[in-house]
Amino acid sequence: MNDMTPTREQREAKLEGMGCKRKRVEDARFTQGKGNYVDDLKLPGMLHGDFVRSPHAHARVKSINSEAAMKIPGVLAVITAETLKTVNLAWMPTLAGDVQMVLADGKVLFQNQEVAFVVATDRYAADDGINAVEVEYEPLPVVIDPFHAMDADAPVLREDLAGKTTGAHGPRKHHNHVFEWTVGDKDLTDAAFRKADVTIKEMISYHRTHPSPLETCQCVCSFDKISGELSIWGTFQAPHVIRTVVALIAKIPEQKIHVISPDVGGGFGNKVGAYPGYICAAVASIVTGKPVKWVEDRIENLTATSFARDYHMTTELAATKDGKVTGLRVHVLADHGAFDACADPSKWPAGFFNIVTGSYDIPTAHVSVDGIYTNKAPGGVAYRCSFRVTEAAYCIERGMDILAQKLGMDPAELRLKNFIKAEQFPYHSALGWEYDSGDYHTAMKKMMESVDYAGLRREQASLREAFKRGETREIMGVGVSFFTEIVGAGPSKNCDILGIAMFDSCEIRLHPTGAGIARVGSKSTGQGHETTWAQIIATEIGIPADDIKIEEGNTDTAPYGLGTYGSRSTPVAGAAIAMAARKIKAKAQMIAAWLLEVHEDDLEWDIDGFRVKGLPEKFKSMKDLCWAAYHAVPPGMEPGLEAVSYYDPPNMTYPFGAYICVMNIDVDTGVYKIRRFYALDDCGTRINPMIIEGQIHGGLTEAFAIAMGQEIRYDDAGNVVTGSFMDFFMPTAVETPHWETDFTVTPSPHHPIGAKGVGESPNVGGVPAFSNAVNDAFSFLGSTHIQMPHDFWRNWQAAKNLGALAA
Amino acid sequence: MIPGSFSYHRPASVADAIKLLSSLGDEARPLAGGHSLIPMMKLRLASPDHLVDLHGIAALKGIHRDGDRVSIGAMTTQHELLASDEIARSLPILHETALLIADPQVRYMGTIGGNVANGDPGNDMPALMMTLGASYRLEGPNGAREVVASEFYQGAYFTALEPGEILTSISIPVPAAGHGYAYEKLKRKIGDYATAAAAVVLTMSGGKVASCAIGLTNVHETPLLATEAARLVVGTSLDPATLKQAAAAAVAIMAPAADARGPVEYRKHVGGIMVTRALTRAAALTK
Ligand SMILES: Cc1cc2nc3c(=O)[nH]c(=O)nc-3n(C[C@H](O)[C@H](O)[C@H](O)COP(=O)(O)OP(=O)(O)OC[C@H]3O[C@@H](n4cnc5c(N)ncnc54)[C@H](O)[C@@H]3O)c2cc1C
Repeated sequence: MNDMTPTREQREAKLEGMGCKRKRVEDARFTQGKGNYVDDLKLPGMLHGDFVRSPHAHARVKSINSEAAMKIPGVLAVITAETLKTVNLAWMPTLAGDVQMVLADGKVLFQNQEVAFVVATDRYAADDGINAVEVEYEPLPVVIDPFHAMDADAPVLREDLAGKTTGAHGPRKHHNHVFEWTVGDKDLTDAAFRKADVTIKEMISYHRTHPSPLETCQCVCSFDKISGELSIWGTFQAPHVIRTVVALIAKIPEQKIHVISPDVGGGFGNKVGAYPGYICAAVASIVTGKPVKWVEDRIENLTATSFARDYHMTTELAATKDGKVTGLRVHVLADHGAFDACADPSKWPAGFFNIVTGSYDIPTAHVSVDGIYTNKAPGGVAYRCSFRVTEAAYCIERGMDILAQKLGMDPAELRLKNFIKAEQFPYHSALGWEYDSGDYHTAMKKMMESVDYAGLRREQASLREAFKRGETREIMGVGVSFFTEIVGAGPSKNCDILGIAMFDSCEIRLHPTGAGIARVGSKSTGQGHETTWAQIIATEIGIPADDIKIEEGNTDTAPYGLGTYGSRSTPVAGAAIAMAARKIKAKAQMIAAWLLEVHEDDLEWDIDGFRVKGLPEKFKSMKDLCWAAYHAVPPGMEPGLEAVSYYDPPNMTYPFGAYICVMNIDVDTGVYKIRRFYALDDCGTRINPMIIEGQIHGGLTEAFAIAMGQEIRYDDAGNVVTGSFMDFFMPTAVETPHWETDFTVTPSPHHPIGAKGVGESPNVGGVPAFSNAVNDAFSFLGSTHIQMPHDFWRNWQAAKNLGALAA
Repeated sequence: MIPGSFSYHRPASVADAIKLLSSLGDEARPLAGGHSLIPMMKLRLASPDHLVDLHGIAALKGIHRDGDRVSIGAMTTQHELLASDEIARSLPILHETALLIADPQVRYMGTIGGNVANGDPGNDMPALMMTLGASYRLEGPNGAREVVASEFYQGAYFTALEPGEILTSISIPVPAAGHGYAYEKLKRKIGDYATAAAAVVLTMSGGKVASCAIGLTNVHETPLLATEAARLVVGTSLDPATLKQAAAAAVAIMAPAADARGPVEYRKHVGGIMVTRALTRAAALTK
């Protein structure tokens, strides 16, 4: 070998495979304003649609008069529910088994509900048009407080469900009831509570908030009257599912529907479901024969497309006096708004809320969830979390702190005492999940050492004394959160959407020169799939990541996949990618054996090619094998080098982490200061540490926002009071704390590369860390639980209620 | 979020602007930085038929010191205030306050004239102008007049501006050498209007407050001068009891609306704290 022969390290480095902090390839276009988003699309003759929306939260629609609007130059059509009825599309199915009005049919059920769709030659005329449509409303009494939705005399919201005592998820017990979902052993749990030395009970609310991606929901629909084909460019997290939904409800043959998700500016769960805007744009295009664009503005996004959370969790824990948790009981009142438009796997009306036993070995548990209707926007999507996992994590992590307080125990110590032990995995939880792997004690101890946990508690104790002596007006909180996520939905045995199993897919095609393309059923909304997917392939088959193009989001070219949400891309699509790569590798090995004139079993893989065992100079690089695949395959073998894999995961993956937040609060103003935030994540095998860190930073920033102020709040009349970024807390770089990240690695035993998914962990684990810090700060003044969000005035309110403002 | 249609005019002189505004009548509005007006137009809370852009009028720009007063052209941006040595030297509280307005993007566009003429109780400059004893030069079809800031604000978005009038410049008396000052603003985040804010300019003599003015932002439908609170501190050494009385006197004239920043009680409570903090910090700065 001469000096020019690359070393093993150089060959490895050239691949930029798994473990490499590879720079994000998509950023070249994003940072230069060259991304290609839906609103960048301009088709010849394209029309623009805009919605007339309801100012009322609940009202009968007496009449809609579009005469004046139709006189505005440029306005071509005003579509109402009556128009949609002619094509049977006034209502649409939701992913949760409910139905939803596309346009107000007889009445409106939430403020800013879509009432009419104005189609015009430009965006300005469309807006003039909506202001000229005259709608006569007769206001009706509203249901805003979820705790009164099932009062006997509560107004009837869903007249369309009159007489329906059974919904998509079983019996309904009230006209505003959606479903009841229960899991766990009630009798055993009740018995555990009867026997317990110590119990706690607290109503823990996780308020309504919104994913609010930077790019709002939008689409362009173009119907070709000659071919009967419908093309839809949209901000979809799950384009293939959208195609199937459109085929089912619009009765257009599926091969004639082309769904394309171009670059998407964030999704966070907001872009999984179908919205009236898509249906109206499609109908408008079918009616006019022209492409129609619909782009939501920020207020519309916040007030009308899917919200998240709004779970009111009455949480009970039972324990022995020395702090061993013996039982968990939770009742959830789930506010779904006017229509149940959750985007959960179909059989899971409360998502995976039954992960609520968290990281703890809790022998018995029982959960019941009542979904209800109110006069609020529909939704209930998973805002950067696997379905309802953030609610569950908040519930148990707050519960553990409240229990620790009652026991007079340190919250970290209580957790260490109750963790599932490393040797207990795979672990079967009381509520039915099989946790694949974990090492909680190691992670927790690493966190505690890294931040000098004992030192923090000492500092807190002395600050509390100083506060009591009147020397400071600041109080200090230390918020511990240890979360277990359940992601990667999911195994076909328990997950489907509208009957479609929640697999994902990859198709890899290598070209003669040793480059290739991989098409994947997932859809990046900013996670960097174009970078990381190529890294998996690089490691698996020894082709440099730079030589692999990644494509997603076009239903005509990509294999069918269920999309990107619930941290499922790496656990499911990532696995499909590895499996497709392995098929390629297997074929390449046969070609190599033929070329090297040995038996396949005499070959071994070495970074970027195959060599003959014991004869290191007899080597065929993957690049050589690509060329060979197109001209020198063994007799009887088909030429070419491509493979497809559809991956049905055997289990979910269970990422976990240990977070801690240190915060000071000025009781006189309620102003807080995040002094420190440390996040240790274990997401199994780490594909790209830089991207992981970026994901953690982003998710923690959202968690910070949610816990400390971000909410969709309604007044008593059902008006949204936080309908713009002025009042809906969207932190800037100035407010955002500094993040310290750390990790342990516990690979998933069932995933082909051991990866678990990470995008949502920081949102799931972050919220309880912040909230526990606030609650911990106030606990010495006698409080057990303060509801989120912890914005300034509520902190002040808490201080006031606890008598901390005296004199 | 799309404004209604309007026509756009760009006069080159104050006289032309006044002529346009007078002839176009009620449906015409001056356009300065556009960072209050355009958001309102996008929400269709304002739908003027005509916008008279003041950017073409060179005479409306600039910062000059004339003896013991500083004069600032209405179209001077917040960013230009921040970049001005004259402001930093003569009116450091104006520098401090401008930095607390919104974010750099807004400050590059937003003007001091637009800020004070808008009549939004959330704007920071009006209370400060009252505290400093500033006056506004208004020019209209009937000539020019001076109105002191404390008499300019009549209600939310209602000011002393008559139809056809433009605010052309602001004149501010330079506070005494060695004065202390502070603008204390509580806000939820960058880009937010005040939950409550207090401006204080004072002088001390022999350890006692010799003169004091206190202004309040966003705790009433107009900016306020807390005259009683200011009177209470004069002659004192700002001992805790006096600070408490002054804060209470300031709180007594506050009447904020409940909004997403908090309930009325909270906004008044922190309003009082802003007064205390501004007084304390201002006193510490006196020389
Ligand atoms: C996100 C955001 C955050 C903000 N935060 C703050 C803040 O914290 N504090 C704060 O003080 N401001 C804040 N502002 C407002 C900002 O300072 C505006 O720029 C300012 O209120 C108006 O100045 P302008 O030059 O943009 O005026 P414009 O918006 O152009 O005009 C405002 C009004 O004044 C009238 N007008 C303008 N100039 C004149 C004149 N010379 N004579 C007569 N009438 C005139 C206009 O007709 C209009 O009615 C914020 C704005 C935004 C968009």
